[in-house]
Amino acid sequence: MLKRSVLVWVAIIVLAMALAGCQAKTEQAPRDTAKAPESKEIVLATTTSTQDSGLLDVLIPYFEKKTGYKVKPIAVGTGQALEQGKKGDADVLLTHAMSSEKPLVDEGVAVNYQLVMHNDFILVGPENDPAGVKQAGSSIEALKKIAEKGAVFVSRGDKSGTDTKEKSMWKTAQIDPKGKQWYQETGSGMGQTLTIANQKLGYTLTDRATFLAQQKNLKLVIVSEGDKDLLNIYHVMQVNPDKFARVNGAGGKAFVEYMVSPETQKIIEDFGKDKYGQSLFYPDAGKKVEELGK
Amino acid sequence: MEQIWQGLIKALEMLVQGDREVLGITLLTLKVSGMGTLISVLIGIPLGVFLALAVFPGRNAVVSLVNFGMGLPPVVVGLWVAIFLWRSGPLGFLNMIYTPAAIVVAQAIIAAPIVTGFTIAAIGQLNPKIRLQIIALGASRVQLLWLLVREARMGLLAAVIAGFGGVISEVGASMMVGGNIYGSTRVLTTATAMEVSKGNFDIAIALSVILMVLAYIVTFSLTMLQQRGRGL
Repeated sequence: MLKRSVLVWVAIIVLAMALAGCQAKTEQAPRDTAKAPESKEIVLATTTSTQDSGLLDVLIPYFEKKTGYKVKPIAVGTGQALEQGKKGDADVLLTHAMSSEKPLVDEGVAVNYQLVMHNDFILVGPENDPAGVKQAGSSIEALKKIAEKGAVFVSRGDKSGTDTKEKSMWKTAQIDPKGKQWYQETGSGMGQTLTIANQKLGYTLTDRATFLAQQKNLKLVIVSEGDKDLLNIYHVMQVNPDKFARVNGAGGKAFVEYMVSPETQKIIEDFGKDKYGQSLFYPDAGKKVEELGK
Repeated sequence: MEQIWQGLIKALEMLVQGDREVLGITLLTLKVSGMGTLISVLIGIPLGVFLALAVFPGRNAVVSLVNFGMGLPPVVVGLWVAIFLWRSGPLGFLNMIYTPAAIVVAQAIIAAPIVTGFTIAAIGQLNPKIRLQIIALGASRVQLLWLLVREARMGLLAAVIAGFGGVISEVGASMMVGGNIYGSTRVLTTATAMEVSKGNFDIAIALSVILMVLAYIVTFSLTMLQQRGRGL
């Protein structure tokens, strides 16, 4: 008797698993049949800040409802997002490192390059401000003070937009922090890096949106802000469908158009106001980069 | 400490209210990891039985490869599967990257060596005389294999449990080949990692509790099945 019941159990489990598998398959079926050109799916490679701040959770459902496309947002650092664009592994990119974006536009890999929004980078650090950064006149001054005192500085170290910005600031300050004991690279997203800076009582450069969204968990405060060269500018762009056979051109175009439409720009402007009392991102569609921050 | 309580309370809330988002993620996790385990069992048990019984030159080398594979880091498997499945990769035409099927493939690759390794051990442990006795009783080849598998069922179920444990707990591969897409490839482990980076520690703790409960329920069922055989 016992033997039979064991067999029955095995049968039940195998059946359940197979059933689960079938369900998974039927769900995928329409996706697989809808191949390249008329695909209703778009892969969006973007930065972690748009996900960690919660902006994507608001923008994508609207877009999907409006257009019928299904968006697959892959939140990675700007560096990786652009790399995926270069290989044609994504249809549309939303990133924030103009110096790294420019080559893609020049090479024709990215087309339909549009300014979407901006906010700013801020330098945050422990409340007691061991390096006396608050007295610094500018963000570059601030970095110099941190280096002088050898205060812990936590860097993204992941070639993200924020990381690119930070590296260029060190360059301006004529300091090479790489390998210094007080300079620590996390290699992870902004949220994670803020948590680490918080635990290590270190300074870090962050975009304002992620910082505000996470402030409830952090003891860090803003120690330097408001510099003109601390602007954090987001662009959206299509990966050129003429260069890669499998890139969804129509879908990418629809997403770019959606991001710069007045309706979406309004959503971006209102995003976070209820929770943080201020906008996390400022909509900029149609403006020129030079006009920002004035 | 307070954070932990908040997380536990949140977990209870989510479970009691039957939070649809969490329910969806949990079901998907079960489906994907169940399917991944099933495939690894379908590959691993026959392969393990074969490797345990067969005699051929280089067998030890193959077995050592299997044993090595038992410790394959999920993130490495994820990277390699991703390289193949990206649109620019050799299997890009399948359009499989960032789908649940991609996670199933990666998880099956992670679990297959585990199941195979345990199977080799389970069959190898059987008293060799059993084999001779079964053959002496006039069993056919298929009957022989079936009886051996039955005889080793405790070890084989341990193989299934270990395989399932390997895939339900991994995050690196799921993140890389699945992309943590809500409603499609967001499973409990990737959702937990994401909530941590969002700073929503209460939700992250809640998800981790749910993951552990789920893993325990499945493991418990398999253990019941395994230990039932003891009476025989």
